[in-house]
Amino acid sequence: MTALKIKGVTKTFGSLIANDNISLTLQQGEVLALLGENGAGKTTLMNILFGHYVADQGDIEVFGNQLPPGATDAAIQAGVGMVHQHFTLADNLSVLENIILGTEPLTSWRSDTARARVKLNALAEEFGLAIEPDKLVGDISVGERQRVEIMKVLYRDAKILILDEPTAVLTPQEVDRLFDTLRSMVSRGLSIIFISHKLHEILNISDRVCVLRRGQMVGEIATRDADRDKLALMMVGHEVTRPLVEHLPPGPPVIELDNIVLAGSRGHKPLLDGVSLKIRECEIIGLAGVAGNGQSSLAELLSGLKTPSSGQLRLAGDVVKQYSPRGFIHAGVGRIPEDRHVHGVIGDMMVWENLISENLREKPLWNFSSLINFTACRAFASRLIEQFDVRCKTMEMPSKQLSGGNMQKLILARTLQNNPRFILANQPVRGLDEGAIAAVHERLLAAKRRGAGILLISEDLDELFALADRIVVIYHGHVSQPIAVSDITAQDIGIMMAGDLAHGEKFLQAGVS
Amino acid sequence: MRLEPRETVSPWMVIFAPVMAIVVALVITSGLILWTGESIIEAYLALLKGAFGSRFALTETLTRATPLLLTGLAAAVAFRARFWNIGAEGQLYCGALAATYFGTGLITLPPFMMIPFLFMVGALAGGLALLLPVYLKSKLKVDEVVTTLLLNFVILLFVNYLLEGPWRDPMSMGWPQAAPIIDEGVLPRIMEKSRLHLGLIVGVISAVAVWFVMRFTIWGYEIRAVGNNPSAATFAGISINKTVLRVALISGGLAGFAGVTEVAGLKGYLTLDLSPGFGYAGIAVAMLANLHPLGVIMSALFLAGIYVGADSMSRAVNIPNYIADVLVAISVLAVLVSIMLTQFRIRFR
Repeated sequence: MTALKIKGVTKTFGSLIANDNISLTLQQGEVLALLGENGAGKTTLMNILFGHYVADQGDIEVFGNQLPPGATDAAIQAGVGMVHQHFTLADNLSVLENIILGTEPLTSWRSDTARARVKLNALAEEFGLAIEPDKLVGDISVGERQRVEIMKVLYRDAKILILDEPTAVLTPQEVDRLFDTLRSMVSRGLSIIFISHKLHEILNISDRVCVLRRGQMVGEIATRDADRDKLALMMVGHEVTRPLVEHLPPGPPVIELDNIVLAGSRGHKPLLDGVSLKIRECEIIGLAGVAGNGQSSLAELLSGLKTPSSGQLRLAGDVVKQYSPRGFIHAGVGRIPEDRHVHGVIGDMMVWENLISENLREKPLWNFSSLINFTACRAFASRLIEQFDVRCKTMEMPSKQLSGGNMQKLILARTLQNNPRFILANQPVRGLDEGAIAAVHERLLAAKRRGAGILLISEDLDELFALADRIVVIYHGHVSQPIAVSDITAQDIGIMMAGDLAHGEKFLQAGVS
Repeated sequence: MRLEPRETVSPWMVIFAPVMAIVVALVITSGLILWTGESIIEAYLALLKGAFGSRFALTETLTRATPLLLTGLAAAVAFRARFWNIGAEGQLYCGALAATYFGTGLITLPPFMMIPFLFMVGALAGGLALLLPVYLKSKLKVDEVVTTLLLNFVILLFVNYLLEGPWRDPMSMGWPQAAPIIDEGVLPRIMEKSRLHLGLIVGVISAVAVWFVMRFTIWGYEIRAVGNNPSAATFAGISINKTVLRVALISGGLAGFAGVTEVAGLKGYLTLDLSPGFGYAGIAVAMLANLHPLGVIMSALFLAGIYVGADSMSRAVNIPNYIADVLVAISVLAVLVSIMLTQFRIRFR
């Protein structure tokens, strides 16, 4: 039986065609993976299905009934449920309250929690979703929160679940558990659309794969006929050559963290709790960890945005006294921020203005102590644009109009042109397509060959294993000993990410500092 | 009905949008004029004539535009950096206080030095009036909207105290006004048989200077960066606190200029009704200009024209001059909507 039929959906945003005549069907009881690079149109399509956007053309049928466009209520009524990538839960409410929120009429005097509880327990039993209804959402782990999100959808009697990049915040073990849940859901007749760009997960969970590229449906394949290379080729449209990692003999340390503590807000646990870490020339250290375990705090510290409460930080042997972004830039720290749009670029300012932002007060970019030297700035910018292949119509366009990949190249250009000795790369390829990922990785490896030490923070273990020489794991503000990637498996890293940092100690080679 | 972001905004639309907004405001205000039973065309003609219709009308409008231009710039500069200075009214009075303190006999210099000196102390006083809000914002994250707004009343009451007490001119027959600015400090008239004074030129030069600073200097770059994306600006090594302090001093200084032009150019002495809300109207001026320093010249002229024109309209036809406030308010709302519409388009599906 056909659960969902999308027929010829087209959606344009101005000159951008986000969805170009896309059709797909979802059978009852199957997991359909929607694969595509970022910007391929997956999320737009799902937003149309869920009524957030209205398609320019095309229809959507759920169990044979046409959905009215732009009506989220109707989509929910018809049995469509969406689990968003970013959770939509209220921390100060209990699990139960979060789940029934919005299901009861506004005018009702009191909520019928007893009945909700019965239904919830039945659902939990049926699908093997362990949740504790009375805990505050603020107190539960990320994996549990995701189960609450899924439960929210099930509670609304969804027959079709859309999961948008559900594994980004999970440890490998939690991913396995999620997949067990999904399998039990389809075995009970639910249908699932699984959005991802992680190939091994798609191969693991789905029955069928639909591949989107630049807004078009470029292929459909039964998962049993697919393999990694085939899917990657369909997704990107051409073969991707992975940059080659070479292990170089590391030099003297470029940055040393010595028992760094970063206090939390009053009454909270410290954000970083005695972190010691040494990164040497010509090496990449990968930082693994479940999102929210202190990665952002560590990144802020190493960007010069936060001052540690105690402990010592040495850059190329010199103890840092003053923590400031400008001081760190001058000390040879290159910083690639986690969120391009928030910390990376100033969206309404022009491409060239963004390229000069870290070198603003350096000759020859200014004259007479305060005037911007436009000629020098433009020359500076056009050199970087060419060198780093930033594709933009003109350097006068607002940088918010750049694609994600080009925005990241802009940030790389600005950062790397100063030849930093230490590079903090925080999620440098998040949301980029395969081509841009390869370009960014190649730049980082080139910097390493040149002698830079790099801390690579990533939620993608594949990326860490592909690039890093050694891996450290962060959990609740503690950082493990670095372990050579050749000595450890992803499963072991997963165990450490779940909190058992000592698990890594048996992989330490004797004699490696 | 839904809004969709436009991918590009044509420069033509940026010019066209505020003009359309003003047309819309005129149409909406017509409803009120109809209600009074007067002819719309007659009323608007009277307004236009009263604002720009004669040499006298024009010079009056320009005279009124002078302080609006300066307070408008004060708001535009501050708002560009997302420093919400609602206190231009108070800073204007601080400028006037400083000009009165130094300009009523304490110091006597030849005019070519006296006038710049008065502007300097006025700007300094206006800027200093923002130090407390900036400090509270930077150190304790106290919202500057509240502090700058409330400081207006503190400053106004202080002026009231001075004028009722220690600073009252013994020659004023008991009126609450300060001693007149000495002749060396009075701004010269720039047109015969009018009240138009040097302040207008100071205002226009200030507008050009602000535009130049915003566009061509590192300060301007930093101000725009902080206003546009404070997180990214901090990350790139621009100090938010330093930038905000700089912006506050410039903004307060411009409002202080307005106080000097009014006290030393128009009135000649400090009174409590020196400013009928020029500081607040400056916010409308800045908004109408979409915070562009050169646009502020046009919008100050527009607002002054409406106020001066409405006065004369209320004499010509039977419409109260409060219609000017209505017209200005609707214009600002319409401009805000039109600016939004340059960035989004409405889809009815």
